[in-house]
Amino acid sequence: MHLATYLGLLHTSLRTLAEAFREVAKGHGEEPDVQRTCEVLAARIDGQVSKLAPIVERYGEHREPEPERLHTAEFDQTRSGGVGLLRDLQDLYALSSFTDITWTVVGQAAQGLRDKELMDVVSSCEQDTARQLAWLKTRIKQSAPQALIAARG
Amino acid sequence: MRTETDKFHPEFHSEDAGYCHLVDRIADVWGPRTPHERETNWPVRVDQQLADGLGESDVDRWVQSACVLCSNGCGCDIAVKDGRIVGVRGRADDLVNRGRLGPKGLYGSWQAHRKDRLIRPLIRRSGELVETDWDTAMREVVHRSQQLLAEAGPLSHGFYTSGQLFLEEYYTLGVIGKAGIGTPHMDGNTRLCTATAAASLKETFGADGQPACHADIDLCDALFLFGHNMAATQTVMWARVLDRIAGPDRPQVVVVDPRSTPTAEAADVHLAPLPGTNLALMNGLVRALIERGWIDEEYISAHTLGFEKLKTAVEPYTPEHVASICRISPTDLLRAAEIFGTSQRVLSTVLQGFYQSHQATAASCQVNNLHLLRGLIGKPGSGVLQMNGQPTAQNTRETGADGDLPGFRNWDNPEHVEQLARLWNVDPLTIPHWAPPTHAMQIWRYAEQGTIKFLWISATNPAVSLPELSRIREILRKEDLFVVAQDAFSTETTELADVVLPAALWGEKQGTFTNLSRVVHLSEQAVEPPGEARSDLDIFLDYAYRMGFQNRDGDPLITWKDAEGAFDAWRECSRGRPCDYSDITYERLRAGSGIPWGGERLYVDGVFPTTADYCEDYGHDLLTGAQTTPTDYKAERPDGRAFLKAAEYTPASEQPSDEYPFLGTTGRTVYHFHTRTKTKRAPELQKAAPEPWVEMSAADAARLALADGDVVRVESERGGVEVPVRIGRCRDGVVFLPFHYGFQAANELTPTEWDPVSKQPLFKISAVRIRKV
Repeated sequence: MHLATYLGLLHTSLRTLAEAFREVAKGHGEEPDVQRTCEVLAARIDGQVSKLAPIVERYGEHREPEPERLHTAEFDQTRSGGVGLLRDLQDLYALSSFTDITWTVVGQAAQGLRDKELMDVVSSCEQDTARQLAWLKTRIKQSAPQALIAARG
Repeated sequence: MRTETDKFHPEFHSEDAGYCHLVDRIADVWGPRTPHERETNWPVRVDQQLADGLGESDVDRWVQSACVLCSNGCGCDIAVKDGRIVGVRGRADDLVNRGRLGPKGLYGSWQAHRKDRLIRPLIRRSGELVETDWDTAMREVVHRSQQLLAEAGPLSHGFYTSGQLFLEEYYTLGVIGKAGIGTPHMDGNTRLCTATAAASLKETFGADGQPACHADIDLCDALFLFGHNMAATQTVMWARVLDRIAGPDRPQVVVVDPRSTPTAEAADVHLAPLPGTNLALMNGLVRALIERGWIDEEYISAHTLGFEKLKTAVEPYTPEHVASICRISPTDLLRAAEIFGTSQRVLSTVLQGFYQSHQATAASCQVNNLHLLRGLIGKPGSGVLQMNGQPTAQNTRETGADGDLPGFRNWDNPEHVEQLARLWNVDPLTIPHWAPPTHAMQIWRYAEQGTIKFLWISATNPAVSLPELSRIREILRKEDLFVVAQDAFSTETTELADVVLPAALWGEKQGTFTNLSRVVHLSEQAVEPPGEARSDLDIFLDYAYRMGFQNRDGDPLITWKDAEGAFDAWRECSRGRPCDYSDITYERLRAGSGIPWGGERLYVDGVFPTTADYCEDYGHDLLTGAQTTPTDYKAERPDGRAFLKAAEYTPASEQPSDEYPFLGTTGRTVYHFHTRTKTKRAPELQKAAPEPWVEMSAADAARLALADGDVVRVESERGGVEVPVRIGRCRDGVVFLPFHYGFQAANELTPTEWDPVSKQPLFKISAVRIRKV
């Protein structure tokens, strides 16, 4: 069963995502709302990882080497300025979308397995991921015109 | 001598109305009691203050107005003699105050008019502000404005306004910003005082607007004050409460405040949660109501959305759990819940203790939820007043001089933007609506980053009132930021401006404003402004004329020339919206004393403005501030039902540490208003509270070996002040500083952080340390 492979992928991507939110929080302290919200969301992703634990216990997990596109290296050095903030938020959006669709895949398997517990975990984590994406989109939309038009040099 | 009051109410005789000329309202802040019982009218008590040596017979005329020294908006008449303001008197027939005035109104509203005024424009030359003439000052403003529009476009412009101007001035400024320049960067210092009131009303009910009214104080069986020290901030409103408490069948009073204020001392239950934990407390109250079945299931199912989600969200907040987070007694929490759950009529008020704190909007929405759960809204004696701090704050929200569109229109609804474009005859694309109008804290950040290069500040003093003042001063001093400051006095802010425009004060200009219970008053011009000072409206109109703002047909964008013209334009703009002023005219306002828009109470029928094409906002996730998309909003089919929203409690980011062991909170004294520009010029008020201080508990003082009056240094990570200690009132571990003072200013300590939904800064939580100097 390849579910274990997907649980491994989900597990890795959630950890990567939480780490990335923390890096952005740290790198953008001058935008207090970004810092604060990224910290709150990172803590909630930790919660998702905990919820995954009993599922992993049941089905096992197979972790493949971290996929290329999930490297967090880019977050070791957050960017600066209006455009830098925009790009960092956009990277978070991409990572968050990856976990979003991974939850969807796992959720489909949960339905096939008639695993009610896993279905509940997926449902609550999907809502949480939707909240991340909604916040990122809100903040990106707010920032984009000033960063792209008004900033000079 | 005939008075305005005599004219319209010939049956009124001053000698019958309990005049109290000689009462010292510094010592007796709320004045003598006029007790009454439930469902009887609040008795009249007329307060009056005239300049020393003057009697009523010396007064040439009385001019109709209302007080602008807090959000209560007490109706008053201005006494004029020889072209000067010489005093004030409460209007006996006004539905807000029934003749009363508080100490700030009696002493502070008129005595500053002839003191230290700015009477000529100033312009910075070789680093110094020097006097100039209006033409030179305005030419410089317009030159910089046009140059930046050509070079960098509308996003280079920001406007930071006030809670002190009149409706007509805000609306004019709103049109200039949105349809003239086309910048989204306009907000007021109302962001610091009432943003959460507006946000929580929008989240729950779909649009701004206070559901309750002042008369509900006369009718209620229980009164809940959430983070609201009413005895200090709205003294006349508190006098109304005291008169119920002193009468038969008194209401039960519950106060949530970490300090033992006079408001808290009058309470039957005083809950003193640790600063930053309000949401946990509120989740606990809501849970207790649901658990005990003190809810109206019929009302919930007919008029609300989201009950099951709310129930799930508050489930973890048992009394014991809440007590451990907030450090309060679980018994007190349950007692408060019982009073809320079992009283026939409940009125709640909410203010800065909630608004300027952590998770502000989520906590304030839970107050709305308590009322919805019991169906106690829109009924006599029952409802919510999400309070305003400043006298005209409501009007910035209504007219779009803050982070809203005029007429409670929804920036995310293209039809609403179309309506404005049609009204103003401009291209809808001119009106920025790709995101909500920029909130104040973000405007200052853009100025800090150098993308806003033109900042026009009107009638406010951000160099004292914003958090983290060292940062604000640095921004105002930036070489590449052109700062226009418009004020009646020289302030900490005008001193850092490039152009200073001298403005007329209340009583020197005409206009209307709306108080915390939607009551509109007309304030007539009583005297001429001093020197060359001009009304804020005339200044904005002059700017618009010089800038040549045009509509699509090439005609002037702004067609009005005076206050009444602006008001009539606003009546059109508000037509059909929740804040509909179309049937309110200057003539009607003159004929009475205060007219509420929307009727006495809102939502009498349990129908809320949540229909998708009518609502002011599609709402947010209360935890993060993520916007609800139009599609998601419509999918919920709110159709007139209110939203029961909730969020989990999260600890505030600023926590006491070994290095900064105390939680510092800021607030108000009864004797001053805002940054004291008027009240420090009233001798009685200034003498009553001449300098700042820090309050702490007796136990904390003993631990630090401090005696009353010892001067201490209070420091946060951001800055420090040196002030004397006052012992008492605070709970252990919490200290309090008044924010009014420009020297040793409390906001040296406060952090740059804000609520995710309302964007209101967190003035109430700074980790600080204290040492004797």
